[in-house]
Amino acid sequence: MEAVNQQKNAARGIDIESMNRGPKLNMADETACIEIKNFNLFYGDAQALKDINLTIPRHRVTAFIGPSGCGKSTFLRCFNRMNDLIDNVNIQGQLLLDGEELNSPAVNVSDLRRKVGMVFQKPNPFPKTIYENVAYGLRLQGVNDRQTLDKVVEKSLKGAALWDEVKDRLQSSAMGLSGGQQQRLVIARAIAIEPEVLLLDEPASALDPLSTLKIEELIYELKEKYTIVIVTHNMQQAARVSDYTAFMYMGELIEFGATDELFTNPGKKQTEDYITGRYG
Amino acid sequence: MSNSTFKSWYQSGSPWVWLNAGAVSISLIAVIGLVLLIAVRGLSHFWPADIMSVEYNEPGLEPTVLIGERVDHEVVPAERVPSDYQLKEGQISVERYLLKIGNRDQFGLDFRWINKDWMGEVSYPEDILSIERREWGHFYGYLLSVQQQGETVADGEQAWPEFQQRLDRSNNLVAEIKYIEKIEIGKINQALESLRLDERRLELDNVPEDNAAYAEIEAARAVQNEKYAKLQIRLSELSQALIRDQVVMQMSNGDEVVIPMAKIVDVVKPNDMNRFEKLQHYFHEVWKFISGEPREANTEGGIFPAIFGTVMMVLIMSVIVTPFGVIAAIYLKEYAKQGVITRTIRIAVNNLAGVPSIVYGVFGLGFFVYFLGGNIDEIFFQAKLPSPTFGQPGLMWASLTLAILTVPVVIVATEEGLSRIPRAMREGSLALGATKAETLWRTVIPMAAPAMMTGLILAVARAAGEVAPLMMVGVVKLAPALAVDSVAPYLHLDRQFMHLGFHIYDVGFQSPNVEAARPLVYATAFLLLLIIVVLNLTAISIRNRLRENFKASDN
Repeated sequence: MEAVNQQKNAARGIDIESMNRGPKLNMADETACIEIKNFNLFYGDAQALKDINLTIPRHRVTAFIGPSGCGKSTFLRCFNRMNDLIDNVNIQGQLLLDGEELNSPAVNVSDLRRKVGMVFQKPNPFPKTIYENVAYGLRLQGVNDRQTLDKVVEKSLKGAALWDEVKDRLQSSAMGLSGGQQQRLVIARAIAIEPEVLLLDEPASALDPLSTLKIEELIYELKEKYTIVIVTHNMQQAARVSDYTAFMYMGELIEFGATDELFTNPGKKQTEDYITGRYG
Repeated sequence: MSNSTFKSWYQSGSPWVWLNAGAVSISLIAVIGLVLLIAVRGLSHFWPADIMSVEYNEPGLEPTVLIGERVDHEVVPAERVPSDYQLKEGQISVERYLLKIGNRDQFGLDFRWINKDWMGEVSYPEDILSIERREWGHFYGYLLSVQQQGETVADGEQAWPEFQQRLDRSNNLVAEIKYIEKIEIGKINQALESLRLDERRLELDNVPEDNAAYAEIEAARAVQNEKYAKLQIRLSELSQALIRDQVVMQMSNGDEVVIPMAKIVDVVKPNDMNRFEKLQHYFHEVWKFISGEPREANTEGGIFPAIFGTVMMVLIMSVIVTPFGVIAAIYLKEYAKQGVITRTIRIAVNNLAGVPSIVYGVFGLGFFVYFLGGNIDEIFFQAKLPSPTFGQPGLMWASLTLAILTVPVVIVATEEGLSRIPRAMREGSLALGATKAETLWRTVIPMAAPAMMTGLILAVARAAGEVAPLMMVGVVKLAPALAVDSVAPYLHLDRQFMHLGFHIYDVGFQSPNVEAARPLVYATAFLLLLIIVVLNLTAISIRNRLRENFKASDN
């Protein structure tokens, strides 16, 4: 079974052996960052997420994979309550960030979103200068001191591996950057306010292969400091960047486990079918 | 053409391209034609045309000589010729010219149609003078002599330079008199009026008559009256100096006329001028038209007060309408629950844009002028009652009325702009911990600013061209003073004002002298057009600068 899978994976370009991994990961060793218990989500009458139980480990990259419409983006958007913006969404169950329910009325949504940053599928820099884009979150918090801002902008752009490319044109419009640079700028903007968790919603799907590679390298570096949850369509990407992978199908969490494990030795037939390309 | 080729031609889309191109061409031709017609008719009025002297032999009348400017030409078909006119054998039409003969005080009318058949020799004598007078329009004639106190001081060759020299002196005196009357006496009047109001206020407060405040007012009044008396003396000196000179002119029919120098604005010898001099005079005339004040029931002089009034009104309207429209649109689009009520409001707003403007005028008169203005007078300007301050039509009410008239345009444009901001922008901001208000303020509104400017541009275009409602809420034929002057509070929103649109209407329909007024109608219309274009271009350039900042935001 494993051998067959490896063959198939090799055929699809997923080279598990060469994945740069340390010792084998085990959920039992991890500390929880986000805990999801018996979670259901409804759009009006239609149920989009069905009874999900999952623990997202701290300072790891967790990937959500699954076919289009399986609810992975919807699920991701629950972690910073982006679904609040959509009418008719009802949720049941628990969503705990650091042990606290993030849907409780006591939680300030703005504070939550500062803790849980998000990067979207399409780069969405603001039509402002590069500098102001990165400083946006800080200015929201009332930080207007030039020196502090300078420092944070530089640090964030370096953190997002963009500093060398833009350091000479911080005051020019962010709209003039390429798609890949824009996406890294958006990541810089997100890490400027030092969140705990970074949600990446198909961050590389609108980018060319080279930019994708840069984003992936960046994700690899960022997990030192942040808990990262990434939604992706691209299984090679999930295999390359993530430590843990959750496979979702039709609103249900089918399987969750360490990425090497899940790709080399999937526990469920559906997972196997998906990663070997039988559907999706 | 066979059936199949027609079909393929039709399917190729060519007919649509032709149709579109045709529609665009017609629109372009219409716009260019309109502007050209107005510009040519209006601007040619200021050209110092040659003045002709023509012998005229009207049957049954003494032969006479006419002097004048040819302003129009017409061919009348024989059927329309009056029955007493003797047509020649085989003649099917009569040519006639419209001559501006001027000298309205002497001849009774200053335009006259003359028949070509009865015209004798035509000449253009170089020494014909065209005199622009303060009253009675132009005078055409020959200069005989210049007089001082009735004594001839120059005639023949010397008369012309002497005339020009003394005209300069007289114009300077007139300017000085005008300055004293308008500015200095105006200030004294203002001071006296405010003293009167102070006194009245004391009376209204039931302050006893022996209070020291009355004495102070009386003292201040005495100071002003003294100043006034001094100015009066100065004025009478100036008027004495002004009536010193006269010129003796000879008219076409040989009669002599004495014209006081004080009545003359300008004089030229059009037949003696070369092209360059004429061009110089032309620009001088255009400038006088733009910067001067109207005379003689608006048929002479300039239209500066009307330009000023139009621009002021549009600016004040913009300042009022933009925040109102934008705030309303933001509420409707971003905050209001989208349902039956918001839909109803939106429909109502759109319909408001279609209400005839005169209805707004009626509303403005009833609500702003009588109700709001009346109450403002009751509360703040009680001392001045019964004469109204804000309780009469004025600049502020006109601007407000037009603001209401144009607010739907701004609302619709702003809503449109807001709905075009990509969701991703809002989400990006919200994901960084911004609240909805912060997102709006920092990201959405700046990005929608060009759309707001578009709304403002449309509003300005509509407001600048509106006349009907203004007649009820503040526009007058002749405003005694501009809305901005050197007397505190400098901007007088309660004053009535002149407006180019209304000026066109007034000159065109209410003028006693149709022929003299006609070119002014065109010239005024052209200026109105120019001002709307300038206002719009300003707004457009602001919008483009805003757009520049968000240039690549659509990708």
